[in-house]
Amino acid sequence: MTTNSNAGKHAQTPAIYPAKTKAQITIIFFAVIGFYLYSMIRTQAEMVGGFGNALSDMWRVMEKFFPPNFQVVGAIWPAMATTIQMAIIATTVAAILTVPLALLSAQNVTTFKPLYYVTRTFLNILRTIPDLVLAVIFVGLFGIGVFPGILALIIFSLGILAKLISETIEAVDMNPLEAMRASGANTLQMIFYGLVPQVLPQFTSFVLYVFEINIRASVVLGLVGAGGIGLVLDQQLGFYNYPNAMTIIIVIFVVVIAIEYVSNKIREALI
Amino acid sequence: MATYNLPPKPVKSVWKKLKAGLIILAVIALYVWTFRGIEIDWGRAMERVIRNFGIVIPKLFSPDWSAVGEVSMKILETIFIAFAGSFMAAILAIPLGFLAAQNMSGNRFIAGIGKWILSGVRAFPDLILAILFVVAVGPNAFAGVLAIAIGSTGMLGKLYSEVIESIDMNVIEAMEASGANKIQILFYGYMPQIIPEFLSYAIYRFEIDIRASSILGIVGAGGIGTMIIFAANNRNWNEMGLILLAIIIVVTVIDFLSARIRRKIV
Repeated sequence: MTTNSNAGKHAQTPAIYPAKTKAQITIIFFAVIGFYLYSMIRTQAEMVGGFGNALSDMWRVMEKFFPPNFQVVGAIWPAMATTIQMAIIATTVAAILTVPLALLSAQNVTTFKPLYYVTRTFLNILRTIPDLVLAVIFVGLFGIGVFPGILALIIFSLGILAKLISETIEAVDMNPLEAMRASGANTLQMIFYGLVPQVLPQFTSFVLYVFEINIRASVVLGLVGAGGIGLVLDQQLGFYNYPNAMTIIIVIFVVVIAIEYVSNKIREALI
Repeated sequence: MATYNLPPKPVKSVWKKLKAGLIILAVIALYVWTFRGIEIDWGRAMERVIRNFGIVIPKLFSPDWSAVGEVSMKILETIFIAFAGSFMAAILAIPLGFLAAQNMSGNRFIAGIGKWILSGVRAFPDLILAILFVVAVGPNAFAGVLAIAIGSTGMLGKLYSEVIESIDMNVIEAMEASGANKIQILFYGYMPQIIPEFLSYAIYRFEIDIRASSILGIVGAGGIGTMIIFAANNRNWNEMGLILLAIIIVVTVIDFLSARIRRKIV
């Protein structure tokens, strides 16, 4: 019947989406564009000369960074090493502390609901605070140095790690554990032969992932006085010594890429 | 009576044992290097914390409500920075995503170049980019927008290219076979498959950018970070408490909204 009626008129392809959806999408689209334009106007308000002027200036200014002064690589390496060491210590401590926290925020382990919700909320709030803000506060508490930086990294990575690992624990297959209990294994045996083998590869992979995040975070911690290469970068920028600053940025770039490459290879091998 | 034997333990080859040993050795070496290298002045840190704890912590939990106006203006600016930056990145990442997708560029070499560009961009921490842009365009919010835009492009481009690589080509082939032209294939073949995922990733990146843009002010790139660094330098912990509260609220609300929108889209 429909074919008959259509044959009379000129064959018209029916629209895939209903008119209402189309109208909605159009409105959302223009709202997003409008908000974007407004954001652009607002963020450029303080700029002298506006967007065009700044862009033409940009290349002229960027030239100040080149050529980088590679003679200082030897001098900045100790600071870079400190940065890596901070990330290693912070990741290790966070990996240890995360075990009880992850267990507490896994629904299948913590059957006591209020406790589960309390740890979940605590972790959620912890994750909203940016690492550098934590570092600023800890520098205020402990004074300038590596210790507040490490502490900030620990707290920051704890939030991420505990969430990821609690999700892994929640996804554990409970059948092998039940089978073990049925054949007379005690709780310790159940944990070591049933739970640990299921969680360990994921756990290691997540710890490495958080280590990557920590490396990126620790290179900038020094900007607020929390130790590491960021401190040197801040000083060099303060002296307007741009070639040295560029060298530091390149060193950071190379180290971050190298560590991510190795960590990625290990994670691929694990899972 | 039958005896019950445990199943034999799996035999590990020499190579595997050697490998495990080497890995353990490497990890131990790494830790030795770490703990020998790092110097923490425990005495000073403890002395400082005993002196400061009573001053800082109570003040953090009693926010200075008189600064609400200023803090909310700066938080708004932070949201603007994050939004403008993510939006620019969401657009910029499209060509890069297509370039880095192997099934689109058709050439392993070109796709490889695209992937290298993207991972190169990703290796820069946002704050380092912000430093570069502050020098380039001056200490204002727009430097922050550019830093967020470039920083997000790296991640979005990679995620986009993965989406494009997972496109179901059968649909495209079917359309080609039934005589659709290029434009029709683009609109009815490719776009319905990739747009929801693209949008979802862009919104997810916006969540991350809200966090990132809240600290950009530390290097002078606008947003609430400017206030953080002032409050820290003036040891104005009451104001810091309010800033912290504002960040926690805004990030939580945006995470919540974004999760709901993303669930609707995909």
